[in-house]
Amino acid sequence: MVHDIDILEPFARLLDDATGPATIRAIERGEAGERAWAPAWQAIAESGFLDALVAEPHGGAGLTLAQCEGLVRAIGARAVPLPIAETMLARRLLADAGIAAPDGPIVLATSLAQPVPGAQVATHALVDIGGDTGADTGADTGDALILAPLAGLNCAPTGVHHALSARLGGPVQGPQLARPAGGLRPSAAVLRALLIAGAAERLTEMSTAYANDRVQFGKPIGRQQAVQQMLSVMAEDMVACRIAAQLGAQGWPAVTVAAAAVAKITASAAAPRIAASAHAVHGAIGISQDHDLQLLTRRLHEWRLADGSEGYWSGVLGAARLHGAAPTVDWVRAAIFA
Amino acid sequence: MFETFTLAPLPTADEDLRHVVRDLVARHVAGLPADVRARSWQGFDAGFSRALGQAGLLGLTLPKAYGGHERGPFARFVVVEELLAAGAPVAAHWIADRQSAPLIAHYGTEAQRQFYIPRICRGELLFCIGMSEPGSGSDLASVRTRADRTAKGWVVNGQKIWTTNSRHSDYMIALVRTSGTVDDRHAGLSQIIIDLKAPGVTIRPIVDLTGDAHFAEVFFDNVELGVNALVGGEGQGWKQVGAELAFERSGPERVYSSVVLLDAWVRHLQAVGRRDCAALVGRLTAELATLRAMSIACTARLAAGESPVVEASIVKDRGTGFEQDLPVAIGDDLAAHPDEAISAELYRTLMYVTHIAPSFSLRGGTREILRGIIARGMGLR
Repeated sequence: MVHDIDILEPFARLLDDATGPATIRAIERGEAGERAWAPAWQAIAESGFLDALVAEPHGGAGLTLAQCEGLVRAIGARAVPLPIAETMLARRLLADAGIAAPDGPIVLATSLAQPVPGAQVATHALVDIGGDTGADTGADTGDALILAPLAGLNCAPTGVHHALSARLGGPVQGPQLARPAGGLRPSAAVLRALLIAGAAERLTEMSTAYANDRVQFGKPIGRQQAVQQMLSVMAEDMVACRIAAQLGAQGWPAVTVAAAAVAKITASAAAPRIAASAHAVHGAIGISQDHDLQLLTRRLHEWRLADGSEGYWSGVLGAARLHGAAPTVDWVRAAIFA
Repeated sequence: MFETFTLAPLPTADEDLRHVVRDLVARHVAGLPADVRARSWQGFDAGFSRALGQAGLLGLTLPKAYGGHERGPFARFVVVEELLAAGAPVAAHWIADRQSAPLIAHYGTEAQRQFYIPRICRGELLFCIGMSEPGSGSDLASVRTRADRTAKGWVVNGQKIWTTNSRHSDYMIALVRTSGTVDDRHAGLSQIIIDLKAPGVTIRPIVDLTGDAHFAEVFFDNVELGVNALVGGEGQGWKQVGAELAFERSGPERVYSSVVLLDAWVRHLQAVGRRDCAALVGRLTAELATLRAMSIACTARLAAGESPVVEASIVKDRGTGFEQDLPVAIGDDLAAHPDEAISAELYRTLMYVTHIAPSFSLRGGTREILRGIIARGMGLR
């Protein structure tokens, strides 16, 4: 078995080299368009990591998401503004279906009604508006996922400052592949939870370091009990996000709705608290555009809302639970830990 | 930060214990009303504890030479999870099995191990913990109860308070001062095993706000003990208590205190066919699942031979927060439907858990103390 650690270090180095804070800012400004992100994407594509989840007979590394979850957290920890994890997942599904993957970034669109993170820096979208997920927009991809070029999807940026998300629209046309049971949304939600967990880890480290460094009233603010108590709760949330997201990734590629729900509920509920604590510790400087903190906290809020918030998944999980006759602990063990 | 605190599997080899527990639970517990089962930790049934011992479910982590089963922390996780999920009365053996026997196995003399541990494993010997005193709660290093050397051993004078189940226990492992004064703080503290039937011991029950009397004041007036009363090193009490509290804080018991109420509420919702609260059911179910995974992850650190003090504090602080959130959220949901009938049993269960819930983040270390431990683990103090 390949261990996370064997691939994590070279991957983290790759991200640090290809998508440092200056590159992230250039991509977010969007002035150079595709030229801003193309070199970074090329470096990532050439590394081979995009095919980490693709089965070995199809030329990939044949890893599971449980083995690669550390990579996704590493992306989140660096606020990388490119849909790397989404592309890794899409390339696996495309390879399984015998469809040649495009070279560019692929986003996962599990709704055409709300913004899709990273859509402004993608060339394609893997669209799932089948089942009941497309009901609100009138569109429906039925029992298929569709790999649609972004050029034909009426990509409408949200207008949020420096956000790379966009709302996509029909008609959705392109190669079709079979829709996995439960659709694309559970897997997408697990990726979001892992990204949130990675950002939470980085924010906890940054905030702890800043609290030890920043002196007020003659001592580091981290010596104040009130600050210590806030940061310890932040650490609890950080660990909860990590373990819940790992729990969600465990069953992949057969991600159950229940396990995905646990991951996304925990991560999405914690995201605003973690962002708030990070900003509270950093004070005014964390709000400034020049500080890296906002790169992470803006992502946290975006990822919290993407592919269903904690409220959406709570409704889904609660409905499933209320259909089960078993006592809670038995139900949880069977539905989420099995 | 805390990089080794990650998702860990519960080994399937330990799953075989579930049906053993379930058989016992079906005979002893299943017929009890929910408000009695909700007392699980406080539920005292010496016969049930002996039955657990006979079934080989106590002393799971202890050496076979002393009547244990050498199964490891995951086996204990499975047994404890089953007991608490059912609301079984575990108070009688709880402290002896969880803390006292591992403490004696680790720090005790060979004679102490042979004397105490086999009977704990059979569920016959019950222990309580003497830590808090009237002037020493969270500030444990300020304890004043003294044990002084005599020609024959030790003489103990002082008072402990809030000692759970001391009235029913055979022995107390107490944190006492064996040298110096209160000003010496951590230095000069030792752990001592006190026979609660010895002359000079007076136990006075304290009734709590639910009407139960699970804890008590314990007075020591020139209590004479033998040389064998000292457990571990003289002056090592502070370090030993720290290791003991890691056991106390790390188990699934820090997640499941309110689970009988959660089950009773879900059954109520299913019976009346109400679905408008699905999001609340989902939120609580997700938090329970996340905490279970965190508790298993902490157990994995124990199984790796570590003393996961910070990890256990993280699980306990978050877990007790969940346990306390449950009765508040469920109470709001039920009373948000004032024209929907609820059973007296469900209402009693709700109010029992509501009233006792503050104790969840007091026993075994307060919320503020735990967060201080976590902050130290983060390098903030």
